[in-house]
Amino acid sequence: MVDHVTVLIYALMCVVVFAVLLTTVAFLTLAERRISAFMQDRLGPNRVGPWGLLQPVADGIKFIMKEDIVPREANRLLYIVAPLMTIVPALLTFAVVPFGHDLFLPGRVINFQIANFNVGILYIFAIAAMGIFGIIIGGWASNNKYSLLGGLRSASQFISYEIAMSLAVIGVLMVYGSLRLNNIAQYQGSLWFGFLPKWGILVQPLGFIIFIVSVYAETNRVPFDLPEAEAELVGGYHTEYSSMKFAFFFMGEYANMITASALLATLYFGGWQVPYLHNIGFIFPGMGMLAMPQWLVAIIEVLSFAVKVGFFLFLFLWVRWTLPRFRFDQLTDLGWKVLIPLALLNVVITAVLIVLRVL
Amino acid sequence: MGEYSFINIAIYATIVIGFAGLTVVLSALVGPSVKSKEKLSPYECGVEPVGNARISFPVRYYVIALMFLVFDVEVVFMYPWAIVARALGAFGMYEMGIFICIVLVGFVYAWKKGAFEWD
Repeated sequence: MVDHVTVLIYALMCVVVFAVLLTTVAFLTLAERRISAFMQDRLGPNRVGPWGLLQPVADGIKFIMKEDIVPREANRLLYIVAPLMTIVPALLTFAVVPFGHDLFLPGRVINFQIANFNVGILYIFAIAAMGIFGIIIGGWASNNKYSLLGGLRSASQFISYEIAMSLAVIGVLMVYGSLRLNNIAQYQGSLWFGFLPKWGILVQPLGFIIFIVSVYAETNRVPFDLPEAEAELVGGYHTEYSSMKFAFFFMGEYANMITASALLATLYFGGWQVPYLHNIGFIFPGMGMLAMPQWLVAIIEVLSFAVKVGFFLFLFLWVRWTLPRFRFDQLTDLGWKVLIPLALLNVVITAVLIVLRVL
Repeated sequence: MGEYSFINIAIYATIVIGFAGLTVVLSALVGPSVKSKEKLSPYECGVEPVGNARISFPVRYYVIALMFLVFDVEVVFMYPWAIVARALGAFGMYEMGIFICIVLVGFVYAWKKGAFEWD
């Protein structure tokens, strides 16, 4: 039986999540330019609004007002569909990310998450993998040699690191025994040795390193940004694109970064968990408790999730100006010859530790 | 628990697809349209484009895709086991150990054959 009020609440949540996601994407572009500028000792965009805060709005209007060019020899249908196939999966993946404890209202329970799928993490992998079709189709449909190479590079890079990433996640799934991201976040609140929160980073340190390296490759970020290496491919798969279609490729990349940061926070840093914070308030082991109303706990949890995601987003920008770009043979070597054997080793170690009842 | 998941996903997907579709249509309507022969030709760093872009590309990309298909299917087999690893205990660990050994044989074979080499 479907309860209409619950559906309405969730519909409202969908709108809010979508709005927050798009706003974050917009301000992430500004943050990237401002932070890059500060790291290079210059100012960055600071003219539109205070501290350049209205710059994303100006950019958006400009994108819409620009001429929409379809090259003469391009495959028209695929050329138009490709950017949509990139942005839609990138925004859809965020649907299963939990950002708070279940909310108990009179008569109903509301998940702080759009969809609490029983296949949670597999949904993210499945939908995120669809984004690669947009990139490779866009590269091919442009009928430009640089775009074609950019699209191919992007596809082969994505699939090379997909295996290492899925293998790294297996370790987390073994420890917490669930595919639901909400359960994974919840179990990280339990205590290890009576005082240490059982966060993924503590029980899966090797898995975390493999996962974060793979995620940087999956999102095409420096040091793995070969598909869009400006110096050799004049932009890569989106060379021929203009106007809003170009913006969609761009926004897709940033939306993927946000989902990746949310996944890093959820799988390895407790998601919305704050150490010792439970549904009824803080409970410190052996030191008594501090009772809190449910709404205050919910606000603290959402804030904690936002801070963790924000930290990983900053890390993306930080790494960009720290590491140089890989060469393509180094990229495949790292993916196949280093990360996959390491990830298999991680699975075996985790299995042994679970059987020995250490984890 | 998850009985609203599919309704919610449908609502969310409608919002996302609607936004993406409307924005593309809007930008095509609002933007100017001044076409010229040079503007519509493929960009090749300013010089006249040479030939078509529908050309052959390195077979390495194909080999990597083949490798991905094989190993990704093997990884998918490990997911159901990972969820119940705790309940299966030592028996499950040995079973999966045998499976990983078989995967490793194929992996080492592909490595020795040079499937992961670039050039």
